[in-house]
Amino acid sequence: MDIKTSFNSSSSGRSIPVTSSPVGPTLIDIDHVDFYYGASQALHDINLKIEEKKVTAFIGPSGCGKSTLLRCLNRMNDLIDGTRVAKGQIKIRGINIYDPSVDVIELRKRVGMVFQKSNPFPKSIYENITYGLRLQGRSNKSDLDAVVEKSLRGAALWDEVKDRLHTSGLGLSGGQQQRLCIARAIAVEPEVILMDEPCSALDPIATVKVEELIQELRTKFTIVIVTHNMQQAARCSDKTAFFYMGKLIEFADTRAIFMNPANAQTEAYVSGRFG
Amino acid sequence: MSALNRHILQSQPSAARRWEAAAVWLFRSATYVILLCGALVFGTIVFKGSKTVFTTTAPFINVAFFTEAPESLYVFEYQGQKREMGDREFRAFKAQHPDASNVKSESYVYSAGGIFPCIVGTVLLVLGSMFIALTLGVSAAVYLSEYATQGRVVTAIRLAILNLAGVPSIVFGLFGLGLFVIYLDWNVSLIAGWFTLALMVLPVVITASEESLKSVPKGFREGSLALGATKWQTIRKNVLPYALPGILTSSILGIARVAGETAPIMFTAAYVVRDKLPWEGLTSVSDFFFQGVMALPYHIYVVSSKIPQNEYTERVQYGTAFVFLMIVATIATSSILLRNKLRNRYKW
Ligand SMILES: Nc1ncnc2c1ncn2[C@@H]1O[C@H](COP(=O)(O)OP(=O)(O)OP(=O)(O)O)[C@@H](O)[C@H]1O
Ligand SMILES: [Mg+2]
Repeated sequence: MDIKTSFNSSSSGRSIPVTSSPVGPTLIDIDHVDFYYGASQALHDINLKIEEKKVTAFIGPSGCGKSTLLRCLNRMNDLIDGTRVAKGQIKIRGINIYDPSVDVIELRKRVGMVFQKSNPFPKSIYENITYGLRLQGRSNKSDLDAVVEKSLRGAALWDEVKDRLHTSGLGLSGGQQQRLCIARAIAVEPEVILMDEPCSALDPIATVKVEELIQELRTKFTIVIVTHNMQQAARCSDKTAFFYMGKLIEFADTRAIFMNPANAQTEAYVSGRFG
Repeated sequence: MSALNRHILQSQPSAARRWEAAAVWLFRSATYVILLCGALVFGTIVFKGSKTVFTTTAPFINVAFFTEAPESLYVFEYQGQKREMGDREFRAFKAQHPDASNVKSESYVYSAGGIFPCIVGTVLLVLGSMFIALTLGVSAAVYLSEYATQGRVVTAIRLAILNLAGVPSIVFGLFGLGLFVIYLDWNVSLIAGWFTLALMVLPVVITASEESLKSVPKGFREGSLALGATKWQTIRKNVLPYALPGILTSSILGIARVAGETAPIMFTAAYVVRDKLPWEGLTSVSDFFFQGVMALPYHIYVVSSKIPQNEYTERVQYGTAFVFLMIVATIATSSILLRNKLRNRYKW
């Protein structure tokens, strides 16, 4: 049976490789993690292995901790006073990223992020893309030019903006802005791209473009995407994790989660009966 | 019949409507009273001051008033004609006309010449204190709002800074006298004045900077950090540039206000009169910082309260006040222009 027909992937119409894939090498190993905002516990004993060069979707009702877990993966939660991983480890290629010897700067170079609210900087498109490279001290003009083109092509934005690279990134449409943020993230060549509801502020057509883009990026990057859109998770991801009240309820191949969930809560959620 | 003439939307007299009319009337008259006061102050200064600053013959501006140092004015009668001359002119005149050498003259101190040294002094005081206040204030604001863990200590510090804004300027003047002039032995000097004025304007700079930093969207910070920027890189490249317009405008306006204060500089930086201009007769670089200067507000104070008053001194008083108003207006306008320019560069 073809998942495409059963989930009516109306928009993209491309065939999606969701055949039950062999277990790939683990890139991120989330190992029994408890996470607290001050005194309130937001994640309970999360245990999950994210595979390399796969798209992993986090789904679940609002407030269940999807963003929190995502932001643990590049330690963006460090910015919030009083947060801590109280138990467990998050390992990337075997290295515990919360170990004191880990430099968060290096971590964030390897684990890029795209935010729910697109946040291009109020600089030119060119400067937006080169921002991360300049941080690393790269300033060779032809080098930067090449990366700008490559990243914008990678984010399927090149043709739309190639004549206006030096105009403000804020002059773009909402969908273009989000793709600019994706281009900015891939410009520094991370291994992992975290996306927190990247399409929630976009119209359906822009959403399709971003989804198609994710399909292309999966060959080069490991992608973790938070989404409220069931179809989007079904269309885009290889693996899906369902969370509820700060707990991981079920984690399996996307096909299995949507076709044949093992857990009754998962079933209720993906079929739209709650959340 | 009236019932036929009235329609349902026609206004009916009521208490609410009367109060409405009374309230509008009150607000409007308050506005006009303020306007009137402002117009009177400005009108007097501009009207009387322009007599000193402008002339009826070309080049229509009293150049000497802007380019020369204050002198004594001599008024005397010569060959049946009443004449007014500045000190130097009078001496040259006496040398030329030997018969005028013992002419009976009245002298009025500071009433001739110009106010160039005061303008220079005030400009130097403004520039230096602005530099110090911006450096200290912006650094403190960045620390307080970007680095420090928000909590009781930071709240207490903020409160202390706000309270500093309420301290009378004379207290700052005495503080500057005690700390900079006497204890640090800087004497009455530019640098003592700079620090005193800077301290006075710091609350404004810090508060304005914190506000401006806060108004920069969180997404810019997160986006930058997520690309592997350090906190300082983020602040320098992706926060401060956008906060700068707000910081500069408020700070410059704050400085312009403080530059008008006499109390903080009268013990710390200002001389009643000084023959040399600040760049004259320096033997080393440090001399520049450790010299006192003349300053516009202090000059106004001196000519209005320290010397006998008459029609001749009034010219200097209003002329100086007028020039000073112009300078403050120029600073304020240019800061707003600067803000608009920077705002257009970084809009979000
Ligand atoms: N900065 C914070 N301080 C304290 N508690 C927080 C903070 N951010 C999130 N939480 C709490 O942590 C829990 C998980 O929040 P999180 O943002 O991860 O949910 P989410 O699954 O991303 O929800 P949504 O789908 O609405 O984005 C919620 O109960 C939330 O109230
Ligand atoms: Mg969220």
